[in-house]
Amino acid sequence: MKNTIRQVFHSSKFVTGFVILVIILLTMFIYPLINPGNPLEMIGVGTFAKPGTYVSLYDASRTGKETLRLSDADEKRLNRLLSDADRVSMVEWFSAMGIDISGLDISDTDALLDLWKANYTPDSKPAGMTMAKRNYYKRLDKAIKEIGASDTLIITEKHAETGELEEIGSITKTDYVNVGQVANVKSLPLGTDNFGRDVLKELVSATGTSIVIGLIAGTVATLIGLALGLLSGYVGGLVDDLIMFVTNIFTVIPGFVLLILISYSIGQDQRGAAVVAIVIGFTSWTWTARSVRSQVISLRNRDHVNLSKLSGHSLIRIVLTDILPYIASYVVMAFILQVSSGILAEAQLSLLGLGPKTTTTPTLGLMMNWAMLYSAHTNGSWWAYFPVILTITCISFSLNLMNTGLDQVFNPTLRD
Amino acid sequence: MSEIKTQNAKDFTDAPLCLSGRGVTKAFGIGEKRKLAVDHVDFDFHEGEFVSIVGESGSGKTTLSKMLLGLLNVTEGQILFRGKPRDISSGRKKREYWKGIQAIFQDPFSSYNVFHKIDSVLLDCINMRGGKHLPKEKKIEMMTEACSFVNLKFAELTNKYPFELSGGQMQRLMIARIFLLRPNILLADEPTSMIDACSRATILDMLLKLRDETGMTVIFITHDIGLAYYISDSVYIMEHGKFVEAGAPDKVMLTPEAPYTKRLISDVPKIHEPWDLSTVDLLQQEA
Repeated sequence: MKNTIRQVFHSSKFVTGFVILVIILLTMFIYPLINPGNPLEMIGVGTFAKPGTYVSLYDASRTGKETLRLSDADEKRLNRLLSDADRVSMVEWFSAMGIDISGLDISDTDALLDLWKANYTPDSKPAGMTMAKRNYYKRLDKAIKEIGASDTLIITEKHAETGELEEIGSITKTDYVNVGQVANVKSLPLGTDNFGRDVLKELVSATGTSIVIGLIAGTVATLIGLALGLLSGYVGGLVDDLIMFVTNIFTVIPGFVLLILISYSIGQDQRGAAVVAIVIGFTSWTWTARSVRSQVISLRNRDHVNLSKLSGHSLIRIVLTDILPYIASYVVMAFILQVSSGILAEAQLSLLGLGPKTTTTPTLGLMMNWAMLYSAHTNGSWWAYFPVILTITCISFSLNLMNTGLDQVFNPTLRD
Repeated sequence: MSEIKTQNAKDFTDAPLCLSGRGVTKAFGIGEKRKLAVDHVDFDFHEGEFVSIVGESGSGKTTLSKMLLGLLNVTEGQILFRGKPRDISSGRKKREYWKGIQAIFQDPFSSYNVFHKIDSVLLDCINMRGGKHLPKEKKIEMMTEACSFVNLKFAELTNKYPFELSGGQMQRLMIARIFLLRPNILLADEPTSMIDACSRATILDMLLKLRDETGMTVIFITHDIGLAYYISDSVYIMEHGKFVEAGAPDKVMLTPEAPYTKRLISDVPKIHEPWDLSTVDLLQQEA
């Protein structure tokens, strides 16, 4: 046993898969300690806030200021308001309106802005320009007006009784605050989703749920497959025929169709994460049953089994001590694959809206379902679905890699 | 030729019957594919007798031995155990029957469960003989005795796995197992064919010693007619699932009647004589 484990950990494939899985598992346990709280808490009011660090404007305006004179500050400010693409668009508008732009240098901001201010009217409708494009120019115009805004912003406070505005401070272009001193800074490395929830926190929690679903589904499938495979392989005869008949029926019906039908007929209210996991397990045992059976058939006429029979051991004892240990490595491998396919099956089901009905725990499939329902893929909110896909891929990849590594250890013909 | 004598052949025809068969048949497959592996054989094995069943590969020896052990069902015919029809219809009856008949298999390397230590193999035998509640010291004493019977030292084997031993040692451990179990019948299915010639002599010697000490019937299955001649009290020659010749070794070997027996005898290599390989040609022509 000790030797086998040592051998297993010498397989580079197994170790790579194992390390990836351990990293995922550790993240699952450690991240909630760093960032505790309900993963489904809707912190954002809008949808799909971009990944990044969010600083409270209110707190920042009341934090002690430092004056920094940075030479490139104005340029950066200008670039943020007026990008190169915006400049090109402005030129496009001029040509659409038939304005003479000969001799105009696109990088000459002042000339460009003067021309714009002289000619642009929000009501003008250049021929063939879409509504969306016209709205874009309206937004651009607003931004351009900010460029010429005054250097100082006045902060006022409404008086509680009279309702008059009282000046309490001002902000100039050279005022800075230290982020570390601002009371409220929220880092959202993966932004928020359609309900304004922290995607990273949700993802970590969903990964845990999905792995548990995979483990339950894998355990159910392996137990059913193992029990039926052992029974039909060892007992043989009519029992074998009956079990194989049922197994063949289940094999012929596409598993996923069966899964959809069962999930649908269970009904939304009963479909918790555990129920979905068990349903997945109940539809994916056939492969294990068939392969365990063929392994057992090759074992049952071995001399050591005959000797065990002659020693008067009971059927259960022979199966447990003379057959099962010989196929244990095989069963472990089958289990790993079942866990991996269980996670994928949950994701597929949830994507179709047949996954666990839950408002308390996210799963990887549900996260993709939400992202799809709120068109994250069409409005460019990649952070809502891409990290989920990556996580599923990593889990499946690590489990399959571990499986291949084990296969190479236990099956000498596959060794390099 | 009359100078050649078997070593210790005795006549057991008057001894009580231990295991006998009437029209024992085993068929595999159905319809056109039905093949008789063992074809209506009759036999009488007596108590204390050393019987050899000789035949080449595929002649049905191992199928017959599995039927005798009750590991395979008999298609047709009857096996009598100590004069009475054998009843192994239930698991309990089978276990009772196996107290009376035990086996040594051909391949020592696959005869042991690789996950069980040698101690547990031997302890199993003591438990089977009803020694489950004996004190530990007594059990160790019994195991030590059994091991020393086959020239093994229990102290060196304890806590070891069977696959750590050599083929010859494993087969001797099998005999130690039989020594503890003391069945009425021992079925040895080519126990020496997978081990080297020196170990072979030791194993055979131990089997004979075991028979002499316990009075058990030994059914020795082999493809080596020369070997059978030297150790048996009676010999059965098997060809294509049938016994073509049976009787005392002297009779079978010195005055063979069946052509198959003659061929088997001529196939035994003799030292200082050129080996007659003509039968090989005959076989090829048949094929």
